[in-house]
Amino acid sequence: MGGYGDVKLLNDDGTRLDGRKVDEMRSVEIKAGILPNADGSAWVKHGLNVAICAVYGPVEAHPRKIQRQDRAVIDVRYNMAPFSTSDRIRPGYNRRSREISKVTAEALESVVLVERFPRSKISVEIEILAAEAGTRCAGITAASVALADAGIPMRDLIVGVASGKIEDTVVLDLDKAEDNYGQADLPVGILPTTGDLAFLQMDGDLSPDEFNLCMEYNQKAAKEIHEVMIKALKEKYEEGA
Amino acid sequence: MSGAKSGAEPRLVTPGEVIETSLEMRSGVGITYENNQYISTRIGWLREHNDTLSVDPIQGSYMPRSGDLVIGFIEAVRNNLWFAEINGAFNGLLPMSLAPWKVEFGAARQHMDIGDVIIARVQEVDESHSVVLTMKGVGLRKLKNGCVESLGVQLLDKFRGENNENIRNMASKSDTRIVVGENGRIWIDGEPEGIQSVRELIQFTKHCGHHKDFMAKFQEKINKTRGEH
Repeated sequence: MGGYGDVKLLNDDGTRLDGRKVDEMRSVEIKAGILPNADGSAWVKHGLNVAICAVYGPVEAHPRKIQRQDRAVIDVRYNMAPFSTSDRIRPGYNRRSREISKVTAEALESVVLVERFPRSKISVEIEILAAEAGTRCAGITAASVALADAGIPMRDLIVGVASGKIEDTVVLDLDKAEDNYGQADLPVGILPTTGDLAFLQMDGDLSPDEFNLCMEYNQKAAKEIHEVMIKALKEKYEEGA
Repeated sequence: MSGAKSGAEPRLVTPGEVIETSLEMRSGVGITYENNQYISTRIGWLREHNDTLSVDPIQGSYMPRSGDLVIGFIEAVRNNLWFAEINGAFNGLLPMSLAPWKVEFGAARQHMDIGDVIIARVQEVDESHSVVLTMKGVGLRKLKNGCVESLGVQLLDKFRGENNENIRNMASKSDTRIVVGENGRIWIDGEPEGIQSVRELIQFTKHCGHHKDFMAKFQEKINKTRGEH
């Protein structure tokens, strides 16, 4: 059974509506350094999601009350463009964008060597140009590449990836219909070198076995996306080398 | 690239990349040692020299160090000090006691105002990254002519060349004076044609400085510049 009555999300042969297998990810394309005026930037296309990210800094943190004497603060602004969805969304900050900005900042703080830049601020601007479920994951991936492109020291990159449950079946990388009508969604931020988690959210219910399978799918997908991230970073600098 | 790489081919590494090495190495700039592994923390070229692993970063901001020669813009003036923007996270503080003139309390603005450009030296950087500048010293002054260009701090060594050879060549041929600040600012003074030719070389360094064969191409370009004048 699906989460919403009779919405059918799996074909009779076990594949999904877009033809993917249950453990198959949407295609991912990444480009680094696309914005000449930012210190670092990235463009990520994950399925039909398109995210761009710009990084500025480190600069002196303003207002002074946000300064930390022993480390930098990471200021993330996640925003969905009004034209990113089929129904125009009202521009500006809302509850959802505040929440995603906060969890993204916390995830990034776990990998950036913030102690190197006391009293400073690193600004991360994430703009979602097209949305099709999984924008926070695309945003985190873009932010991670943009930070690396800006030369900010980091312990590791972060890969944003999600899996979930539809019709009692665990699937990797939910698309819009699966996200809307599925039973659960588990977006995570994974440090690909160690497999550690930088953030985890869960919407819906998963049994322990389903949760473990989701994490297995997420780890596998994170490795694939990580390769694309590295390729994008190296392409920028090895071009013409 | 600096010529200190002992490996056959310099390798581009990204943050989080595990560096496989069989030797007992020390971790240098851009490398962290965790869980018995050397891990790169920045994007850049991996370097092995004197049993030390380090990364020559490609990108990054200027981190002031005591003794650095910097080119700054005055951004604020108080009764007894100036604040100069030096391309770092924090403005440099220039107290009137470290200015090259005798300045009366309250008369700082008569000597330097907002928008003025200075060549200064970093006197002190404390643990919270506050920077104190000095203008007492040979060559430290307020700039009155010429132009200031920017270049990534990671590319300055390549731009200068070994023992400032590139700077000398550029200056002599273009008939300009060139001062390179450690903060990625370059002051050029001379005739407009000469300044323009140096600006073109800076642009070339910006776009191609991270290429492996940059040095050969750059010197070729300097030689071509010679032919034009």
